[in-house]
Amino acid sequence: MPDFIAQWLNQNDIFTAMTIMEYWDGLVTTVHLVFLSLVIGLVCAIPLAILRTVKNPFVSGPVWLYTYLFRGTPLLIQLYIIYYGIAQIPGIQETFWWEIFREPFYPALLAFALNTCAYTTEIIRGAIVSTPNGEIEAAKAYGMNWWLRTRRIVLPSAARRAVQAYSNEVIFMLHSSAIASVVTIVDLTGAARNIYSRFYAPFDAFIFVACCYLVLTFILVFAFRKLESHLLRHQRPIQN
Amino acid sequence: MKKLIVAASCALAMAAGTVQAKDWKEIRIAFDVPYEPFEYKDENGELTGFEVELAEAMCEEMKADCEFVIQAWDGMIPGLLARKFDAIMSSMSITPERAERVLFSEPYYNTPGGWFGPDAFNTDVTDMDAMKGKTVGVQRGTTMDTFVTENMGGIVTIKRYTTADDMVLDLEGQRLDVVFVDYPVGEQTVLSKDGFKEVGEPVKLGEGVGVAMRKRDKDLAGKVNATLKKLKNDGTYDAIMQKYFTYDVKM
Repeated sequence: MPDFIAQWLNQNDIFTAMTIMEYWDGLVTTVHLVFLSLVIGLVCAIPLAILRTVKNPFVSGPVWLYTYLFRGTPLLIQLYIIYYGIAQIPGIQETFWWEIFREPFYPALLAFALNTCAYTTEIIRGAIVSTPNGEIEAAKAYGMNWWLRTRRIVLPSAARRAVQAYSNEVIFMLHSSAIASVVTIVDLTGAARNIYSRFYAPFDAFIFVACCYLVLTFILVFAFRKLESHLLRHQRPIQN
Repeated sequence: MKKLIVAASCALAMAAGTVQAKDWKEIRIAFDVPYEPFEYKDENGELTGFEVELAEAMCEEMKADCEFVIQAWDGMIPGLLARKFDAIMSSMSITPERAERVLFSEPYYNTPGGWFGPDAFNTDVTDMDAMKGKTVGVQRGTTMDTFVTENMGGIVTIKRYTTADDMVLDLEGQRLDVVFVDYPVGEQTVLSKDGFKEVGEPVKLGEGVGVAMRKRDKDLAGKVNATLKKLKNDGTYDAIMQKYFTYDVKM
């Protein structure tokens, strides 16, 4: 941070250069955590959603159970079970896993990725099963096999229908990430809680952090609007 | 009807006036139970504890007839201001925010912060070189948090918890090397488990705990301060303290 900004900030009571840097570190942690869990969640959700639509119950059943469990329990409970539960496994402290799970970041990433993956699986599955029959029949008539059909027809068509619902999931995930602060991660909310307890100023600390989330949400909404208009450009009326 | 209302309000005003002018022969003192060992009910349902016994000794010294009131913590200051009772002796720490609304006596006790860690932990907590890189757990916003943040900020990794239970879980799970917590809390949550011990000396922090009274009752505050001073000097205080604590809480 440049010195003249720091000097100007240090005239404030609460929002000094130090607290702004604490918020900034929190912002970086939040973005890092949410971005990674969304990427992992989406990458895992696409094959799971395809498996979920398979007719064989031994294939689709386990996926159904997974999405049911993770959508049926609060994210906070999942985070507690993963974060505190892992530390209770006898002997885990001596294995290399402890290098990963000692810090709160990876248990939180695991919980968030599993949670968002479950929701995204259901979003994509809904989009896949609502593919118009005519599109599939046409693909069959061209002699496409199942894999080619899925890759060329079903998934691109499903992506267009899923993107609106998925943008909601992304925004929810950003807001859910606030609970990472209960397992000692200093994300945006964690920074706000630290600053609140240091200055006993709940309004200042939390309104500032609420504005940070608003800005992040605005960026997400903007990006998804661009993506939607790109994916759905064939549906727009022709402009003269 | 109007006359009746006027008469009734006059009578009320007079009654209130007599309450105002009382010479503190009857004092109602509020506690929030249970908060062992400061105030709790024993197996017979009798109210007891360090602060309760201190209040009893104080009333005896002041030759006042005391009534003890049980009040939940979140209604403490509102109850005092609404005159449901006259004083709070329920481990209320003196803070500038509270001092704006109530009148505090001189502090009568202060629990130290204690360092607790696993049996294998043998580092001197006052030696900053040895503490470098250790992970310390504190409860967010406590005087212990402020102490560690100010004195060991860049040296140790500080993890802040909302509840002591979460912190002790992470100490057990070996995510923390050592915790710095209010001594009675640490005594109950950490020392009660096998394999944990106290590390180093307790550290005295903060302004301590005082009797809280209404701002206008300066005469009562004067009496309470004089009585507390006498009890601290004549050995009564020490006798009560040794009954409940193995360490020094006197202020």
